[in-house]
Amino acid sequence: MSTFEFLLQGLMSAAQPMNLLYALIGVTLGTAVGVLPGIGPALTVALLLPVTYRLDPTGSLIMFAGIYYGGMYGGSTTSILLNTPGESASIVTALEGNKMARNGRGGPALATAAIGSFVAGLIATLLLAFIAPYIVRLALVFGPREYFALMVLAFVTVSSAFGDSTLRGLTSLFIGLSFSIVGIDQLTGQNRLSFGIPDLLDGIEVTTMAVAMFAIGETLFIAAQGDKGPDKVEAVKGSVWMNAQDWARSWKAWLRGTAIGFPIGAMPAGGAEIGTFLSYATEKRLTKHPEEFGNGAIEGVAGPEAANNASAAGTLVPLLTLGLPTTATAAIMLAGFQQYGLQPGPLLFATNPQLVWGLIASLLIANLMLLVLNLPLVGLWVKLLTIPKPWLYAGILLFATLGTIGANPSVFELGMLLTFGLLGYVMRVFGYPIAPVVVGLILGPLAEQQLRRALAISQGDVTVLFTSPIAAVLLVLAALALVVPLILRARGRGEVLSQMAASED
Amino acid sequence: MSLDNNKTTAEQRRPDRAALAIAAVLVAIAAVIFVDVSRLKGMAGYSQVGPATIPDWIGFALIGLAIWTVVAAFRRDFPEREKQELGPVVWIVAGLAAQMLLLRLAGFSIATGVLFGLTAAGFGKRKLWITIPVGIVLCLVIWLIFAGMLQLSLPAGPLERLFW
Repeated sequence: MSTFEFLLQGLMSAAQPMNLLYALIGVTLGTAVGVLPGIGPALTVALLLPVTYRLDPTGSLIMFAGIYYGGMYGGSTTSILLNTPGESASIVTALEGNKMARNGRGGPALATAAIGSFVAGLIATLLLAFIAPYIVRLALVFGPREYFALMVLAFVTVSSAFGDSTLRGLTSLFIGLSFSIVGIDQLTGQNRLSFGIPDLLDGIEVTTMAVAMFAIGETLFIAAQGDKGPDKVEAVKGSVWMNAQDWARSWKAWLRGTAIGFPIGAMPAGGAEIGTFLSYATEKRLTKHPEEFGNGAIEGVAGPEAANNASAAGTLVPLLTLGLPTTATAAIMLAGFQQYGLQPGPLLFATNPQLVWGLIASLLIANLMLLVLNLPLVGLWVKLLTIPKPWLYAGILLFATLGTIGANPSVFELGMLLTFGLLGYVMRVFGYPIAPVVVGLILGPLAEQQLRRALAISQGDVTVLFTSPIAAVLLVLAALALVVPLILRARGRGEVLSQMAASED
Repeated sequence: MSLDNNKTTAEQRRPDRAALAIAAVLVAIAAVIFVDVSRLKGMAGYSQVGPATIPDWIGFALIGLAIWTVVAAFRRDFPEREKQELGPVVWIVAGLAAQMLLLRLAGFSIATGVLFGLTAAGFGKRKLWITIPVGIVLCLVIWLIFAGMLQLSLPAGPLERLFW
């Protein structure tokens, strides 16, 4: 069957009334949670994962798709109206969008973000559908060493290529990897680092770790900043509709943002931020209204928002075809698959095509629902932003622990939640990134299996990892991704230091 | 002026103690890994690759990162830390601990209601006689939805048994 037929079949399955209902619940919950300040898509997905525990895999993944896209929509609303982006990928949106809102043009800013996200989501999801089969075919020739090299590349890009310190990124990654070896070794059945505690034999739950690190760590960190006065929510004045000029200035930015965002998301390079920054820089260079940049230029919202959504759809390419999560959100989605015993990858396309294509089709449906749902309901989401902090964070912790208790009602699990929450807090204080811990935890066991298989075939000869051309290229890329930023940072740092020295006079 | 300058350079030369502590923690994790997997060394088989191989690699990497952290600590490469207020952190940690201890005894609603109240206290709403009851009622509603309709296994206590 061709891609088109598969997609059509997927649409039929996603359009069944029950599945439509799941998608609707997913997008509503996703937007509602994503709109809360300080909650990014990764945490949205982690918090809402338990809601889907009792559904069948198809329904659950459809709801999940809705939550994922909804969380991103919600995040952009927050950054436009509140100027405290819940996720790093929305920083650029906040830059111009918040200025627009302050100038009383919050409505068009939200509209261009929503429509731009829709356009980007639509194109990127279609691209995902048409590219995926080719990557699956490619992936089928991958052996253990190629997979291992691919995972090394993902490790490096997630932890150290971006962010502000190679050292801290790598440290986060290896903390995650250390946690990942807890429990029974999948190849020999030996238990490692479980210290005789039965709860640890199954390893550390990715969702517990993610919720603790993101929800509890973040809550503790915000509480420890003390009371800095309420954040100012910009009211949405005037019409939410865009005028002819807004449309004329937006549509090219949407398409350019999509073209920039999708490839970046689809490469095992992770991170939607780079796409949004690149798109912002592009729009700034191409605009006919350079004076508006910094004061609320609509292209500066349209392009990065489109790039953000396109790369979010792009991250599903390595996740679905190779089983390779390249962002924290994707890592938690992988955990969502694993709770049903499904391992995304080329085999899933062969063994369970209805499920994969149903998921891709429901992304399209969720995207359309969000557009219809969000423009009229924006007033309601704005209300959510005005919840006072004590109630807001009390509620966040309630839901965070609800998920953990629902998955495993044990005191030990809550103890782990508290411990990892404190770890997440300390890591934030010292500027360590959180995402590499989560990615290391979930990808660690997979990488170990592939590595040990490769080494077992070669009888312990490590050079075998470099003798396959594909693996060698991937490892060289990983090495470059590690070394180049290190050099750039050393240089950038020098400049910053000399500037500081100069300004001290 | 010159005195001031001397002071700042002296401060710059002193290593970042917190960073040294982080390095020590990394070494400790590596040590735990080495000790724990040492009993699996015989399992490697003829390919020399066994359950202890990767943990050993991770342990060595952690030690390498610890050394790098020490270097960074002496060069004071760590970013400036903002002042942390520990009061709110203690409130919230107390809330999580209370929930953990109460969960089996008092059930989901009461335990999580206490967490709710103590978290709100951490953010400045100290009226526990209002926030804890509000939290308990909210949690009871959530319990009815999630345990009743979505069949999540949330522990029941005296309050929940009144309804189910």
